[in-house]
Amino acid sequence: MSSTLAQADRAVFMQGNEALFRGAIAAGARFYAGYPITPSSEIAELAAVELPGLGGVYLQMEDELASIAAVIGASLAGMPAFCATSGPGFSLMQENLGVAYMAEVPCVVINVMRSGPSTGLATMPAQADVMQARWGTHGDHPALAFCPATVQECYETAALAMVAAEQLRMPVTVLADEVIGHMREPVRLDVTLPQVCRPQVPGDPAGYRTYAPAANGVPPLAAFGDRAIVHANSSMHDQAGLPTTAQPIARALLHRLVDKVSGRQDLVLLQDYHLADAEWLFVSYGVSARCTRAAVERLRAQGVRAGLLQLTTIWPFAAAQVAAAAAGKRGVLVVELNLGQLVGEVRAAVGGAAPVHSICESDGRPLLPRDVISRSMEVIGQA
Amino acid sequence: MSADLGAQAAGQPGPEYSYWDYLRHEAFPTFWCAGCGDGIILAALAKALAERGRAPHEVVAVTGIGCFGKADDYLKTHSLHGTHGRALAFATGVKAAKPELTVVAMMGDGDCATIGGNHLIHACRRDIGVLALVSNNLNYGMTGGQFSATTPSGSRTVTSPLGHAEAAFDLCALAEAAGAGFVARATAAHPELLRRLIYKALGRPGFAFIEVMSTCPTHFGRANRLGDAAKMLMALRDQYRGGEGLGVLVQKDTPGFSASYRAVQVAAAANPAKRAGEGR
Repeated sequence: MSSTLAQADRAVFMQGNEALFRGAIAAGARFYAGYPITPSSEIAELAAVELPGLGGVYLQMEDELASIAAVIGASLAGMPAFCATSGPGFSLMQENLGVAYMAEVPCVVINVMRSGPSTGLATMPAQADVMQARWGTHGDHPALAFCPATVQECYETAALAMVAAEQLRMPVTVLADEVIGHMREPVRLDVTLPQVCRPQVPGDPAGYRTYAPAANGVPPLAAFGDRAIVHANSSMHDQAGLPTTAQPIARALLHRLVDKVSGRQDLVLLQDYHLADAEWLFVSYGVSARCTRAAVERLRAQGVRAGLLQLTTIWPFAAAQVAAAAAGKRGVLVVELNLGQLVGEVRAAVGGAAPVHSICESDGRPLLPRDVISRSMEVIGQA
Repeated sequence: MSADLGAQAAGQPGPEYSYWDYLRHEAFPTFWCAGCGDGIILAALAKALAERGRAPHEVVAVTGIGCFGKADDYLKTHSLHGTHGRALAFATGVKAAKPELTVVAMMGDGDCATIGGNHLIHACRRDIGVLALVSNNLNYGMTGGQFSATTPSGSRTVTSPLGHAEAAFDLCALAEAAGAGFVARATAAHPELLRRLIYKALGRPGFAFIEVMSTCPTHFGRANRLGDAAKMLMALRDQYRGGEGLGVLVQKDTPGFSASYRAVQVAAAANPAKRAGEGR
C-alpha cells in the first residue's frame, strides 16, 4: 500500500465508498447487482451512474439473496461482477455465497460493516462481521478478505479483490466499515492496479470440463455462451459438473477448494509499524488500526516501546506472521471494534509465547487513540 | 450420436438440431419416479429448442432445488444449479450480463412460487428475458410430499394429513398480476401443446411464464388416492378438456429488460457528464 498524505498534491479527495467502487471498476468490474443499505449505498449509486456508460450493468434486485445470485449469474456469463452491502445484507447473502464457493464462481462482496446484531445501530460503525466473513456460510470453504484502513487502501484492496476472485474462482470479501466508507481522504488514483484477466480455456472446447483443475488447483472458467460448455453446480460434483455422492470425489473437491487459498501467501498483506524494537505488540485492522497507529505513536512518546502489526488481509489469517511478531514480546494487544472476534485467532497463533489481551468495544462509535492508550496502560502499567 | 433417432422422435426436427442434441444422455436414467411429469416437460423443452435452432452453447438452464431442479443434470446446454428458490435471481444476472443467451429457469412449484415467490413477481415486473418453466405437481416431491403454495385447500400431504388448511396460489393469475407479458399453461398430458408454448415463449424478448400441471403419483397422488400415473394424466386431460385455463393466457408486447437497459447504456455513453455524476 502506498503512502497517502505525503503525496497529497498529486491526489484527489475522495470518500472511502467511492474509492471502493473506483478500485473495483479500475480492475475491470463491469456488473453490479445490489440492494440499498446504509452505510454502503453510495457504492450502488455510483454503479448506477457509471456502469451503463462503460457497457456495464447495474441491477437493483429485490433483496440481497437475489443480489448475490445475480452477481454469480453475471460472472458465469463472463462479466466481472461485484456488489456492496452491510451486515444485514451480508447475512442474507450467505447461502448464495456458498454457491460461489462450491460452484467456484468469481465475485466480490464489499461489506461496509455497521453495528449489529440485527438492525443494530444502522448508521454507526463496527467491525462486526469478521467471523461471518470467515464462517458465514455453512460448510467448509476457503476465505479471502481484505480490510482497508485508509481510502487509498479502499481503492487498492477493491481492485485486488476483483483480481484475486478471478484468479482463485471464488468469492472475495472487502471488509470496510462505516468510518472508512464515509470518510474522505486524498487518494492517488495513478497507482498501478492489477487487472482482471480470465485465463483462456485451454484445448478443444468439446473436451472442456468445468471442474478440471489446472496445476494451481484452480479450474479455468469458460463463460456461458462459449462453445466450451459450463456446468456450474452447487451440489457435490465431479470434474464434469455432474452431481455425485462418491466419497473420494467429495473429499478431493472439498480439500481442493480449501487449499486454493493456502498457497497464496502473496495475498496475505500486512503492514508493520515500529515493530523492530517493540516490547508490546499491537495487532489490529481497518478503522481500529488507524487509532492504534496513533496510540502507538503517543505511547512511544511516553517511553513505551509499542509496535503495530496491521492486518490488511484478515482471511486467511496470518497465523505464522503473528506468531513470529509476538515472539519475545512482553504482551500482545488486539484492538478491534467488536466484542473480541479476531483475538481468538491471535491467541491460537501466539500460543504461550506471550500474554494476549483484548482491547475491544462496540457501542456505535469508533475506538479513539485515547481509549486504546488508557486500556493498554492498564495492561502495560501492571507488567 | 443418434441424431437420426432424435430427429425421427422429435417429429418436427429443426434444420440443424434434434432434441437429442440437448440431452446429456450419459446421465440417464433420470432421477425421476416412474409416472413423474418432469421428463415430459424436459423433452418438450428440448424439442422446442431444436425447433428454434438454438445451439446448445447458446442456451443456459438455471435450476434451484427440487425434483425438477435436477433437470439441468440431463441437459447439454450450459447450466447453473444453485439454491432453493433463487433460480430466477441467478437467471436474471445471466441474462442481464449477456442478453444474446437463451435463458430458461426450470423450477418446481415449491422452488418457484413458495420459497422463491419474491423473485417470481419481480422477474415478471422486471420483464427480464428469461423463460420460467414451472413443473407444478402440487407438493414437495423431493423431500417426501409436504404441502407447497400450490397444494389445493383440503388436500392431503404428509404435513397436512387431515386436509390442507391454506389456500393455493393460482400461479398464472399471480404471474399476470405481477406484470408478466407472456403467461401460458399446459399439462403433462398435453406434451405437444407444451412444446408449442415453449417454442412461442422462446421467441419473446421479455419474461415468459409457463406453468405445467404435472403428476406426482409417488406422493401427492398416493396421499389423495388419485390412482396411478396413467389415471392422474387422464384426470389432467379431462380437467382441461374444454380448453379453459389452457394454452396462452396472457400475451402482450413488451420490450424486455435487456432492450430497455440497452437504451440506458446508449444514453449514458452519449452523455459523459451525467456519467460522471456532475450536478448531483
